[in-house]
Amino acid sequence: MSASSTSFTLLAVLATSSSLVTPEPASAHGFAGKRFFPATLATEDPFVADELSLPTVAYSKQPAGEDSPATRETSFSVDVSKRVTENLGFGFGANYKQLRPDEGDTQRGFDNLAASVKYKFYQNDERETLLSAGIDWDIGGSGSKRVGAESFSTITPALFFGKGFGDLPAEAKFLRPLAVTGLVGIGIPSRAGTTTVNDEGDVSVERHPHTLEWGFAIQYSLPYLQSFVQDVGLREPFNRMIPVVEFAMSTALDRGASGTTGTVNPGIIWAGQYVQLAVEAVIPVNSRTGSRVGWIAQVHFFLDDLFPKTIGRPIF
Amino acid sequence: MNSAKKMKQWLSRLLAFASAMTFVSLAGAHAFLDHATPAVGSAVRASPAQVKLWFTQKLEPAFSSVRVLDRSGKQVDKGDPQVDRADATLLFVSLPQLAPGTYRVTWRVLSVDSHVTDGDFTFNVIP
Repeated sequence: MSASSTSFTLLAVLATSSSLVTPEPASAHGFAGKRFFPATLATEDPFVADELSLPTVAYSKQPAGEDSPATRETSFSVDVSKRVTENLGFGFGANYKQLRPDEGDTQRGFDNLAASVKYKFYQNDERETLLSAGIDWDIGGSGSKRVGAESFSTITPALFFGKGFGDLPAEAKFLRPLAVTGLVGIGIPSRAGTTTVNDEGDVSVERHPHTLEWGFAIQYSLPYLQSFVQDVGLREPFNRMIPVVEFAMSTALDRGASGTTGTVNPGIIWAGQYVQLAVEAVIPVNSRTGSRVGWIAQVHFFLDDLFPKTIGRPIF
Repeated sequence: MNSAKKMKQWLSRLLAFASAMTFVSLAGAHAFLDHATPAVGSAVRASPAQVKLWFTQKLEPAFSSVRVLDRSGKQVDKGDPQVDRADATLLFVSLPQLAPGTYRVTWRVLSVDSHVTDGDFTFNVIP
């Protein structure tokens, strides 16, 4: 057995043993009052939690460019987030990519690693409202250039929000299961541009603009409908489903760049007791983003439910 | 070892770990309301003798409660909420004869693995 295999076995054993520890009261992940916010796939959600996405698999096909053939891209990601205190948490992410161009060799490797910190500074249970702020760090040079990992870092400070509509009046009770989460942030590259010289000695400069990162997710919670509004007779698995549409956008702000790229992702999230399953279509919003519909799927674990006494609780 | 083989090995380990975590998910979790009688948002013609709530997890009796309030917010149940001894996912409270009107059921429960959840819903007694 290799060292890494041993590590995984040990993790599994630790996971099993930790679940046997006597529990005590713990707080909830992704909740504001009775509202459960599921983890979204394309846009960062507003809550601070102990969670593990393992894996997130995505597929898309990028159209051919001036100097590059059309390329099919498949990625496998792992993301983990951990609470330090009840309202402060950090996260890490890794993304393994496979690029298969219509012409040329397949390229594989890790994209840049990502690290993040987030602080939830406002929660109103009655209004089902959450606000948080965070910083994401795309760690330049930590990935493989073969798959396009940038040699520079990008720091993205952002504000995150979540709002459930359970406070709507009784006349609009069937809108109460609606909720929206989202974010707005500024992507700040650590380098203004990258200069390259080709074999012929030609010099080219690629400029790296600041970007406005923004997005939101509109979701209709069938569990909320069933448990708090009206029992319409849904049973497993439908009573745990949350239809969602995500909008994940990026707008270039300066350095000669302009325009918005992004995707609209309609999909379904199934939120179980300990694990969440999700699948979404990935639809480019314009030709600048792409021309083919892709997909993304995720298995997401609620560590605070799995291990409420150990790794699923805040460190302090 | 080529990179494709490495990737397959890496993925198989991830999936093995994911499977292990799914297996240990038998540990416990938040107690969500599964269903209730009277049903959430329903209208009933006769005053029910009890409100019964079934949850997705077993409950800790000492820290699980349910109340029934009338439209003015006055508690109208008999104040005897209890978790069923034979079925720890069932929480119920007795009711007196209720007049026609809208009633709000509010509950707060602690699942046996320690997570607190709460919620509310209404039902109507119609003439």
